[in-house]
Amino acid sequence: MRPEVTTAVQPLAVKKQRRRVLGGLGLSLGYSVSWLSLLVLLPLSMVFVTMAGLPLDGIWKVVASRQVLSAVRLSFWTAAASGVVSTVSGALLAWVLVRYRFPLKRLVDALVDLPFALPTAVAGVTLSVLAGPSGWIGKPLAAAGVALVNAPAGIIVAMVFIGVPFVVRTLQPVLQDLEPETEDAAESLGAGRVQVIRRILLPATGPALVTGFTLAFSRALGEYGSVVFMTGNLPFRTEIAPVIIKAKMDNGAYAGAATVAAMMLLAAFLLLVALSGLQNWQRRRTE
Amino acid sequence: MRGAVNERRTEPPWVRRALTTVALAFFVLLLAMPLIFVVWSSLARGAAAWAAAVSRPDTASAIRQTLTVVAWVVPLNTLFGVLAAYAITKFQFRGKAVLTALIDLPFAISPVIAGSIFVFLLGKFTPLGGWLESHGIKVIFSTPGMVLATTFVTFPFVARELIPTMQAQGIEDELAARSLGASGWQSFWRVTVPNIRWSLLFGVVLCAARAMGEFGAVSVVSAHVSGETNTLPLQVEALYSGLDVTSAFAVSSLLVLMALLTLAVKAGVEWRYRRQEARERA
Amino acid sequence: MSIKLTGIHKRFGEYEALRGIDLEVAHGELVALLGPSGCGKTTLLRIIAGLEVPDRGRVELGGEDATLTDARHREVGFVFQHYALFRHLSVFENVAFGLRVRSRATRPSRADVARRVHDLLRLVQMEWAARRFPAQLSGGQRQRIALARALAVEPRVLLLDEPFSALDAKVRLELRRWLRRLHDEIQVTSVFVTHDQEEALELADRIVIINQGEVVQAGRPEEVYDHPANAFVWNFLGNVNVFHGRLHGSEARFGPLRLPLVARAGGGQREARGFARPHDLRLSPRPETLDDLPATLVASRMSGKMQIVEITVDGVDQVLEALVERRQFQSWNVAPGGRLWVRLERISVHSAGTDGVSPPDESFDWVI
Repeated sequence: MRPEVTTAVQPLAVKKQRRRVLGGLGLSLGYSVSWLSLLVLLPLSMVFVTMAGLPLDGIWKVVASRQVLSAVRLSFWTAAASGVVSTVSGALLAWVLVRYRFPLKRLVDALVDLPFALPTAVAGVTLSVLAGPSGWIGKPLAAAGVALVNAPAGIIVAMVFIGVPFVVRTLQPVLQDLEPETEDAAESLGAGRVQVIRRILLPATGPALVTGFTLAFSRALGEYGSVVFMTGNLPFRTEIAPVIIKAKMDNGAYAGAATVAAMMLLAAFLLLVALSGLQNWQRRRTE
Repeated sequence: MRGAVNERRTEPPWVRRALTTVALAFFVLLLAMPLIFVVWSSLARGAAAWAAAVSRPDTASAIRQTLTVVAWVVPLNTLFGVLAAYAITKFQFRGKAVLTALIDLPFAISPVIAGSIFVFLLGKFTPLGGWLESHGIKVIFSTPGMVLATTFVTFPFVARELIPTMQAQGIEDELAARSLGASGWQSFWRVTVPNIRWSLLFGVVLCAARAMGEFGAVSVVSAHVSGETNTLPLQVEALYSGLDVTSAFAVSSLLVLMALLTLAVKAGVEWRYRRQEARERA
Repeated sequence: MSIKLTGIHKRFGEYEALRGIDLEVAHGELVALLGPSGCGKTTLLRIIAGLEVPDRGRVELGGEDATLTDARHREVGFVFQHYALFRHLSVFENVAFGLRVRSRATRPSRADVARRVHDLLRLVQMEWAARRFPAQLSGGQRQRIALARALAVEPRVLLLDEPFSALDAKVRLELRRWLRRLHDEIQVTSVFVTHDQEEALELADRIVIINQGEVVQAGRPEEVYDHPANAFVWNFLGNVNVFHGRLHGSEARFGPLRLPLVARAGGGQREARGFARPHDLRLSPRPETLDDLPATLVASRMSGKMQIVEITVDGVDQVLEALVERRQFQSWNVAPGGRLWVRLERISVHSAGTDGVSPPDESFDWVI
């Protein structure tokens, strides 16, 4: 009888003991949680509080306004398109960096992080001048009849600029950790190069590709500084959602701005949940 | 041998060359060219014009303002980052996954929204903001507001850098220290901190770089007064909107220098870290 | 399918991995490529498979030149040291892989594939695992699946790269015997690479010993073990005592040991080395013949039913190993420091100047 009592108590005591041994959980956790609540959760909740400042039909007027809807739609489809472009080009860049040799590879690898480190305003101004009518890229394109500035294409280019590093950095470690013997094995079993890529490499990197896309997409969705100079902000044509929010804030239409912000947050949240679900499904298949 | 195997003759050489060319062309067009363009444009009217633009009083004030904001943001987020990473990686507790996810939250939120929420919380028209205003404390449209917004946006950086490193290191070193008689604080300062010095450095540098470059969030919270409340990115915008493109690029070049410095620190840290790991594994 | 390699050279940057290898494997043979780490044996195996291309030389499979043929067309099955199973595919799909990637013309029907896969899984006794994933299997199980996968495409040659080195000792022994039985059953030409001389001696029909990119000796296990070609092979296969001395005229001198070598024609002096296996040293507590030399017991340890006895011969500054039946040794009641007498029953003398690779200039087997 006595031994049973001891074993029942033992694990709990050991667990408590462990925390006490290391010490500092209370302090670190307490500080983190309070800081997180005050700085992140509390302000975020104010979106919905401020939105509640409008009566329900006021909210509906904002949500259903053609301008707002067109801006949100533009934001989403350009972010998605740029996500795809970022993923494809980022994957190619990662592949070349991991598998091939070429001069100045180290420099290229280091510069991939440039959009991470560069202030968005600088990126925005630079890209808009570069792609503008007198820029190095804009001039030849204009001669070919393609306009980047003041067009959705320009928005997508700016979004790709900031999205590519996410994809490359997510894919590089996965590609590096691929066992070369797996490809040898497939080859010795009779698979051609294309088959090896389709049946072995793609499934192995699938989860990383989805993660990369997700990161690039969500970053592009909310991006302001890099994009705002490219667009000209023409309502219904090139106005993205963050610009509308900023405009409303500047005009003091706080409740309206909060409503649009809430729309963006909700839509982004749903998409992230869906993508995360996709990732879990992928992971379960490979385990 | 690993290197030899990774570059074995898999794709035919022409495929490799073609892919490399396409990838590099993409890289140059999208990433390298803007960099070169900024530098070139900032010197378009000569070095003297560049120096003049950079030494203008409103540029100087923008530098001051940026540094002020950063001086507040970085220590705050570093403190949070270290404590949060410590709690998450050295202990087991319920809700750990939630905490980790919440830390990443600011990443997913548009900077404009990030700025707006502080207006919603502390603007003049709010109860809290109104109370502060009546006591003469200006938050929104003034430096404290910008500090808050920037802190929000750069919130995850230090923690995200530290968490993987500390997770990989486990708690063994700390347990060893404790078994040798060290107190909690001693174990923290003498064992935990030195183990993470490179990740910590890198996280701080990233946080500082992002804080210096933050635009969307401070744009909402700032009064946009050139020479007073403008940070460097806001100043760039002001100059650009005022059609003084060359000066805009000149000021931008300062930020580019900062960005390149960040990349150099990253490369340096990675190199040192790999050396540290290799030495410790031997 | 027979294999013939002629003049194979391969270098990786500065490093010469293979320096002119000639090798022949007869149809249905089980051959071991044995050698220390870094000797080039894995590279050689990969060249046979087509996973590497030699800088110089010819690879003939079944009499046809296959030097430049892609791996996928050589009809070889390759089993990797770390299995290289496809993590995202089930066991069934792993084994079926080779059949699924066949061109439409030669691809078997789904039913055929299923039948073939199940037959193979039964052969390797893993039918129960068909729906599992590699991550859920142990090392030994994964290796058996890797083998089944390689056999699924009915290869004409089976190549195994240190197939058991990543496994526990016990599992290794089991799988070793199992592989031999499998080979006897399906009779496919097989070449396996190992650095474990026991494994090679136990499994192979023929052993090819490789060192520093060259073939040192090739032959049946008994030949190679009993008649090593040079010092390197002596040292590599089994325990051996090495004596250092000189050849004087027609006599070999190792310290107090004098061996008349009638067969030696030339005169003069040369440095020489003598090799004797522990079981060729006969120990006794009292001198029994005139050839017995006085020795001192240093230490001894048990090995199964034998006792490994370490001694030093008076006048020779070297610890030698001898083998005695344990019960007999215990009956002598000798303690460390005590006196023993040792007699050489057999010694192989090689004149030095050998670098362990090329055959020695002279070698004599001196047997009582």
